[in-house]
Formats: sequence, C-alpha cells, structure tokens
Amino acid sequence: MAEQFLSIEKIVKSFGGNTVVHGVDLGFGKGEFISLLGPSGCGKTTILRMIAGFERPTAGRIVVEGKDITHLSPNQRKIGMVFQAYALFPNMNVADNIGFGLKVAGIPRDKARARVAEMLALIGLSGFEKRFPFELSGGQQQRVALARALAPRPRMLLLDEPLSALDAKIRVSLREQIRAIQRELGITTIFVTHDQEEALSISDRIVVLNAGKVEQFGTPFEVYNRPASRFVATFVGTLNTLQATVADAAKKTVAIDGQVVTIPALPATARSGETVALTMRPEAIAIANGVPRDIVLDGTVSEVNFLGSVIRLKIDLGANAINLDIFNDQHTPPPAHGTPVRIGIASGDVLVLDG
Amino acid sequence: MKRSRLWAWSLFGIGAAYFLIPLIATFEFSLRMRRGAYSWDAYAAVFADPRFQATFSYSAFIALCTIVVGILLVVPAAYFVRLRLPHLRPIIEFVTLLPLIIPPIILVFGYIRLYNSSSWLPFTGSALATDLLLVFAYATLSLPLMYRAVDTGLRTIDVGTLTEAATILGANQVTILARIILPNILIAVLSGAFLTFAIVMGEFVIASLLSRPAFGPYLQLIGANRAYEPAALAIISFIITWGAMGTIQLLARFAPKTAARID
Repeated sequence: MAEQFLSIEKIVKSFGGNTVVHGVDLGFGKGEFISLLGPSGCGKTTILRMIAGFERPTAGRIVVEGKDITHLSPNQRKIGMVFQAYALFPNMNVADNIGFGLKVAGIPRDKARARVAEMLALIGLSGFEKRFPFELSGGQQQRVALARALAPRPRMLLLDEPLSALDAKIRVSLREQIRAIQRELGITTIFVTHDQEEALSISDRIVVLNAGKVEQFGTPFEVYNRPASRFVATFVGTLNTLQATVADAAKKTVAIDGQVVTIPALPATARSGETVALTMRPEAIAIANGVPRDIVLDGTVSEVNFLGSVIRLKIDLGANAINLDIFNDQHTPPPAHGTPVRIGIASGDVLVLDG
Repeated sequence: MKRSRLWAWSLFGIGAAYFLIPLIATFEFSLRMRRGAYSWDAYAAVFADPRFQATFSYSAFIALCTIVVGILLVVPAAYFVRLRLPHLRPIIEFVTLLPLIIPPIILVFGYIRLYNSSSWLPFTGSALATDLLLVFAYATLSLPLMYRAVDTGLRTIDVGTLTEAATILGANQVTILARIILPNILIAVLSGAFLTFAIVMGEFVIASLLSRPAFGPYLQLIGANRAYEPAALAIISFIITWGAMGTIQLLARFAPKTAARID
C-alpha cells in the first residue's frame, strides 16, 4: 500500500439536528483511486464536499500530507474537482475554461497556453479550443471539465458523480478514459458514485457507506466476495438467500430441502435448530449437469433474462427462489420457462450474514 | 377556426388602435408647425434649443451614473442572496418592490427632510451633492426593474455550481463575480440598465423638487408654454424608450448559451 496521503479523522457533519456523517475514519494512499459508494443520502457527497472545503465538518479533521486542511478555504486547498452538472463556464470557450485556474494562479500566458494544449491532447480534444460549451456533447463537456480540474496540477482530484448525466455507452468509455488519465498522472482521486458496477470496475479501493457510516473499506474483490455486512452484500451485486435450519452447530451443518450439508461460513454463534439465511452470488450457482457441487436442489425455471454475454435464470425452489447466471452459448438456447432443472452450489461459496 | 381567427385579429386591431391612434395623432400634430404644410420645424426648434441639449445631456449622464450605482448595488446583492441566503429572497423581493408602492413625491420629501442643508448629511447643500442624491434616488426608483432583471439572469445559470467550480480552481469572490457571474448575466444586466435609462430620462417629480436641470422638468416646461414642440418632444421620448427596448431585444441574441448539445 502507498504511503498515507489523505486522512479523514472522526469526521462528523450535522445539518441542524440531522447528522448525515457519523464519525467517519478513513485513510487513502498517494495515487490511489478511491470510490465512495452508497445509496442516495448515505453521506458520500457530503464527505467529498468536506474534503473540497464546501462544507465545514461539525467535528473531526481532514489531513492532507500531514497538514490539517479542515479550516482552509476551498480556493487554497489545491484540489481539482469535476461536478455532475459539468459546470463549464458558458461565457468561455474550451481553451479559456481549461486555462481559468492557470489565469487565476497568475501563470504566464505562454506557459498557460502550452498547458491548455497539453490538457486538450490528454483528453483527446485537440482542435476544440475555440468551441463553446453549448457546442459540445455531454461527454465532451465532461472531458473538458476534467482537463480544467487537472490543468493547475492539483494534488488531489475529486469526482462528484461525473458520469451520472451521460448515456450508458459514453459512461463506460469515459470511465475507462478517466482511469487511464488517473494512472498516467498518478493523482490521488476520490470518486463518488451510487453505481456499484462503476465503483467495482474503476477503483483501487471502495468505501461502502450507509446512513453516514462506513460499512466496508476494501478492494473491489474484497467488497464483492467478502462483504462485511448484509447491507454491503445486498447493495453491491445481486445476492440470493436460502432459508436453512442448523442441523448441528458444532459440526457447522445445516439442513436444506432435506439435505444436510457442511457450511464452513456458519458462525460460531449459530445454535442447532434455528433458522439461518444462507446467501450466495448468482455466479456461485450452476446448473448441476455433471459439475460436482455438495448442495444439489431441484426446481423449475420461472424467469429467463437474456443480458447478452450472460443469461440470468430465476429458479423456483418451492419455499425459496434464486437467481443464477449462465454464460450465453450461441449454439445452445437457454432453458425455457417452466423447464425442471437441478442446481448445484458449492458450500464454500455460501455466506451467512447477520444484521 | 376562421371565426376565432377573425376575433383574434379584431381584438388585436382594437388594442393596436388604442395605442397607435394617439401616437399617430401626436406625430401628425408635431408636423403642423408650419401653416398649411407638414414640416420638421417643431423638431428643428427642439434640437436647436440649448436647454434641450443641456437637460438631455444632464439626464443622460445621471442615467449612466444611476446604472453604474444600480449594477454595483444589485448584482452582488442578488448573487449573494441566491447563493448564501435563499431564505431571505421573499424579504428582498418585497424591499425591492417598495419604490413601486411609495410614490416618488413621498420619497423626495423624505430625502429633502433627511438631507437638507442643516442636517448632519447635507446632500442638498451643494449642486454636486444634490446630483449624487438624485442618482441614489433614481437607483432606488429603478430597483424593482434592475433587481428583477438581474435575478432573472441569475435564474438561467447554475450560480451555486459555477461558483464552486471557480472557487476550487482558486478564484476569490471578486474574480467569480467579475469573470463568471457578470458575463453570464450581462444581457439581463443590460436589460435592467436600459429600463433604468428610460425611467431616468422621463422622470419629473424628484428632479423638479430637487431643482436639478433634468430632461423631465424641461418636458413639463415646454409642454406648459408651447404648442407643437411638446408633441415633437413626446415623439422623441417614445423613440428613446423604444430604442432602449429594441436594444434589449437585439442584445438578447448574444446571451451566452448554456444548453448542452444532445447527442
């Protein structure tokens, strides 16, 4: 892990009597790409705005490279920021927008011009200098906003849901471009999003937030495969739940649909005879056609969703219903609605979540 | 369909006649100075009058000063209210409407009482100070129009986000106002400015009671003593006002465009 660059220490933010951030403690390394992920109202944008200096924390402090910046005004923090609504200055052309921060900083005109050209090349918009924001598409505007934020060489980049206003295809290409630029410049970046796929694909580490508290802070792999709480498991990705009865708590066995299987993840607090919820990702379940799995269940296909490379099937198991993903095979059509199927689950892939 | 169109055109015709007939009659009358023939004599007499030139120039100068004071007062105030104190907007709107509720005669008597030569702020003690008082009075009088024009302009841009975007790039409040906010609401500000110009050019009560050589009192003086020149002056005043309105329309075409291309 890189050295500690930004520390958010026991930060609290209240608006009137309503506390939206509850004592959040986080530390980010230099050059890391961090995503703040959570549903609307979880406090992710408030944390970002406190880092930018647009909101003053009610308690706690923000430290960058060992210096407390909690009470520094936003124009003294040397931070770049890209907003959801682009926020390009409508009265200025692309070159003037990108050069604004340089002009404010008193950079000589020829140096500023060279830097603007460098930034335009970086975002692939060379030749667009004289265009005005209204002459650009949403994706182009957001790239200009990114160049404008990076031009004054900030020590950190904040991205406040920069892809939300764009259509799906541009979102994917722009997020790849953002990540490539971030890697090239090695700039510490904090990215706010409510889109879990976006966060998983782009980040070095993800902070999952819920109701102003950190639910989990880890790599995309950890967050997806080893969710720290039921909230994380359900918010990030799709989760199946099967109701089972603990057969022998000491041996970590449970009974599902008449089968007794060992669940390594069964917590020590489980008691024999009680009902537990076993959870698993759709890709951890397979149609049991020869693949050895220790939990085998019979059901019928109740829904078929063709998603392109993947087909999601909903299997009705009587008391339970689960989703499973199979790869699309262009020579084999997916099972039809009502087809009886046998599914297999590896007990090692099963999670038992509390809360 | 045809019947409703006929009605619409009839109503439009009645409305147009209501405004145009007195105007055409005034114009026609202003051309009758020379007996038995139409001529521009009344206009020539007005333009040749040194008092016309003096009062017109004086009022135009006072109008320009009023516009400057109005912009310096209203733009930062409307901006900060929209940005930081949005809950105060109803109060500010009410305050800016007061000059429409309080007649100018009350306003000017208040000024004379407060700022007479024996008060501790004797604005009426000298011609220059009285001119200053006149500018302030006109700035107050034009406040409802100027504030609404600027506020409408601010409504068309995302003041909060643009301010934050400029702030994080290192700009201070003065830079943001001068380089970001003002250029983006310039057309709205100019609309307010031209309306202010039109008001100041025709204002009579305050200028008269403060004894200033303005265009309004001159109009009244000519109207009381001449026959054809007042009609010519009325037409000139109309042209000034319409010219100001036309310029607003013309400038609106150059407003910064904020909408993104959709593709």
